[in-house]
Amino acid sequence: MDILQLLIGGIANGCIYGLVALGFVLIYKATEAVNFAQGDMMMIGAFITLTMVNEEWWGLPFGIGVILAIVIMAGLSYLLEVVVIRKLFGQPQFAVVILTIALGFVLRFFAGVIWGHDPQSLETPFAGKAFDIGGLILGYDEAVVIIATAVLTISLYFFFQRTRLGVAMQAASQNQLAAYYMGIPVKWISSMIWAVAGVTATVAGILFAAKGAIDPASGLLGIKAFAAAVIGGFGSLPGALAGGLIIGIVEPMAQYFAPPGYSQIMPYAIMLIVLVVRPNGLFAQIQQKKV
Amino acid sequence: MNAPAPVLSMKNIETFYGPIMAIRGVSIEVPKGQIVTILGANGAGKTTLMKTVSGVMDPEKGQVVLEGQEIQGKDPDHIVRAGVAHVPEGREVFPFLTVHENLMMGAYTRKDRENIADDIDMVFEYFPILKERRDQQAGTMSGGQQQMLAIGRGLMAKPKVMLLDEPSLGLSPLLVQEIFAIIKRLNAEQSVTMMLVEQNANVALKAAHYGYVLEIGRIVMAGEAKQLLASQDIQEFYLGQTGESQRGQKRWKRKKTWR
Repeated sequence: MDILQLLIGGIANGCIYGLVALGFVLIYKATEAVNFAQGDMMMIGAFITLTMVNEEWWGLPFGIGVILAIVIMAGLSYLLEVVVIRKLFGQPQFAVVILTIALGFVLRFFAGVIWGHDPQSLETPFAGKAFDIGGLILGYDEAVVIIATAVLTISLYFFFQRTRLGVAMQAASQNQLAAYYMGIPVKWISSMIWAVAGVTATVAGILFAAKGAIDPASGLLGIKAFAAAVIGGFGSLPGALAGGLIIGIVEPMAQYFAPPGYSQIMPYAIMLIVLVVRPNGLFAQIQQKKV
Repeated sequence: MNAPAPVLSMKNIETFYGPIMAIRGVSIEVPKGQIVTILGANGAGKTTLMKTVSGVMDPEKGQVVLEGQEIQGKDPDHIVRAGVAHVPEGREVFPFLTVHENLMMGAYTRKDRENIADDIDMVFEYFPILKERRDQQAGTMSGGQQQMLAIGRGLMAKPKVMLLDEPSLGLSPLLVQEIFAIIKRLNAEQSVTMMLVEQNANVALKAAHYGYVLEIGRIVMAGEAKQLLASQDIQEFYLGQTGESQRGQKRWKRKKTWR
């Protein structure tokens, strides 16, 4: 029973890692650059929601606050791509990496100034309640995390498979030059990808802040999510989610069964093992070009 | 040249790769409903010329005129919308999309959504293998099939002029014959205007109406495809036929007439 309980908590945590990892992979696939500020975007998204919803700030109804925060973060991420990232077009990928790391610092600093460094919790309608299934405790917050992740993943799946814009996004990430030749507006598409990554980051942030507490340093969770993306095979969306779940589940298990301290290194240990055994990740999407 | 008005014309195009001048003042006309081929060896500037037309590269000087509109220096998506479809060298299909999705991407810029399904059927008629592989990932198909898909994808844009960059690249002689037969049929039956870049001069000149020879960024020869096929220079330097000399040996020092 203990193990089942751990499993539930792990899955809920893993969903959040998975959503942040999803943001990493989306941007990597579209622009071949890694956005190391993804975790900090999650943190900012959470704080914006908190500002909308919490009583001591604006106290908007929860649903409206969430939707507003998602829209604002989508817009901010879109602008970030247009104003900052696009200027590095044609520069080495390294430049984008450094830029996004720096961006993470800036975001963390701003969040500290505006919202303070103390952990704060998002006030949600589902806080503190739990289902009791034969002794197994499933918090409303955990249930919401799992359901929201499932809904978001399924809608992203349909967006990428069924809509014209979604397929064009896939096309642009698979062969940018050919996408240009087809008349697909590649630059606009990469801005839109950033917007989508901003949305997944915000949803992850909301779920994170609803389950626990958020402070400006919470964005460092992005590093674990990065490990999750590598485990899944950087470039595979289902892989990112699976990687997140693996890390989420292993962490509490290691805490329970292994000596203290081991649980912190588990995500990276798994990442190393995967890199040695399957260098392309668990769900590699690699294809050699035929001549 | 006694031909219909040009759909596409280039006037004194000069294109650079950084400091290197790849196209040195080229003028070409593509008349409506015809196939115009541009021949040349590696590095002659054929692909650069194509990229200049489709807007992936911008010329420093000169004009690209499509039906009276200047399109040089515009973004590629604008030029596709204006009616130029580029079938790139080396296929460049979207490897993880299905055949059907690839074709749909070819039609990305089109406004008349209701006609797209008909055009997909048209493409399937010319390339029956694509219909069979409709839901297969494009990257898993053979080179010849990918080339067919690339041409079909170009057709889906309903272009005023289609740029074909080396459709014979890396294909067996038999497949080259097959693809060029379809190119000729498309031109005759659907009256698709084409600008065809090729290294395989023999095949290209047999399919085309008019031809240009490009060497290190300049046009060195132009004429009706039949004339070019018969020309001694073309035969020797592009078709690899050696005429008998007086001593019964190949004369290595023979000069090209344009040098």
